[in-house]
Amino acid sequence: MINHNGDKVKISVRNLNFYYGDHQALFDNTLDILENRVTAVIGPSGCGKSTHLRSLNRIYELYREQRTEGEIILDNENILDKSVDVLELRRKVGMIFQKPTPFPMPVFDNVAYGLKLHFKLNRKEIAERVEKALRGASLWEEVKDKLKKSGMALSGGQQQRLCIARAIATQPEVLLMDEPTSAIDPVGTLKIEELIEELKEKFTIVIVTHNMQQAARISDNTAFFYKGKIVEYDKTEKIFTSPEKKQTEDYITGRFG
Amino acid sequence: MKVHLDTEIDKLKRSILILSSMVEEAVRNAVVAVTERDGEKALRVIENDNAIDRKEIEIEEECLKILALHQPVAGDLRYVVTCMKVNNELERIGDLGESIAKRACFIAKHPGTENVVDFKPMMDIARNMLKGALDSLIYMNEDLAREVINRDDSVDKFRRDIFKELKKNIKKDPEKVSYYLNLMNVSRHLERIADCATNICEDIIYMIKGDIVRHNGLGNAKQETFFDDPEQAD
Repeated sequence: MINHNGDKVKISVRNLNFYYGDHQALFDNTLDILENRVTAVIGPSGCGKSTHLRSLNRIYELYREQRTEGEIILDNENILDKSVDVLELRRKVGMIFQKPTPFPMPVFDNVAYGLKLHFKLNRKEIAERVEKALRGASLWEEVKDKLKKSGMALSGGQQQRLCIARAIATQPEVLLMDEPTSAIDPVGTLKIEELIEELKEKFTIVIVTHNMQQAARISDNTAFFYKGKIVEYDKTEKIFTSPEKKQTEDYITGRFG
Repeated sequence: MKVHLDTEIDKLKRSILILSSMVEEAVRNAVVAVTERDGEKALRVIENDNAIDRKEIEIEEECLKILALHQPVAGDLRYVVTCMKVNNELERIGDLGESIAKRACFIAKHPGTENVVDFKPMMDIARNMLKGALDSLIYMNEDLAREVINRDDSVDKFRRDIFKELKKNIKKDPEKVSYYLNLMNVSRHLERIADCATNICEDIIYMIKGDIVRHNGLGNAKQETFFDDPEQAD
């Protein structure tokens, strides 16, 4: 799908509402997430940015009482439709969380796990794909001699890149990142930010971040959320130099939130 | 965090105000030195230019410090960047004041020459433009900034008329050519001061609105140079 600016739209969110039981957390969210671009989602705590992100691969369905209304069109298909294969959806739309979540198993197996789940591959093919994913996550050189060591033994930054490797191993098209560097030191953060820049050539990335400078540095477009609504969505440079809405200005300059 | 940035921005605002008043005073005194043929006053303007230069460097360092330590965004970013640009323009106006003062020194040394040009109307407009530019910065007044930009054409016209007048005088009285050339330079410097005031106003509109209005943003901002002035060609 192409939007009015001639950009390729990967995900088109239309009038999305989200409910935690009786409590409505998202109101009428509408935005186009562009292909091979990094879209940052910013806003104060509790504004619904993670909820929005969690809707994009229906991971919220793991919890009862959580439901959505509206449409999320991924490649011409409404992923909120009951008929959609959720397992396949989550392969297509990978997710990286705030805290690194390596499985308590060797580095190699961490990455191979998803591969075995989604594809029928022989050992050689799996080894190739694991190496490719680890290289893709800029981790191969650091772990190639400790593939049999536990993923839990890596540093925080390495663990997060391991999770990225695990996510990209299954060849997703979209990567959702929920504050991926908030628990990582500055050096690890820089590596992940550089990695995101490389990853966007192959993937469409949506990142929730509390770090305003990070959003400014790495994203192409930025959406500002407040109280479950999208206040402003524009090119990142526009948001950070001259936002249209006063609420956006007040938030990014630290006047509230 | 925000409190620290606000404190730094307030400090920057005060520094810009101090520099503005120093520059305004330099231009005012330089202009008076020309009209009253007051060499002493002109020398004081020339001496004071060092203080303006020092203040400009101090402000630039303040801006760089804010950018490095606070990484301002949106309105704050535009404010700091605009202050940096206005700072440069003010320093340049200070230099133009100094240049006018140098002409005033020359003029004061040639008492036999009559006042062939009435600079006062041109000086008044240029000085008012400068004052308007500084007021629009202080009060964040976009309308005032636009008004100042629109006044620039009248200063250009004064400069053209003065050149025309002085050329006639040069033809009539070629022995006093260097005196007349000094007068021409005064009008050129005044015109440049008006240009700098215009630049400041364009920067202020960017600061307030986030729109860049330089060059063609206002639709009538074709820059006229000394060389493409039809009056100069003949």
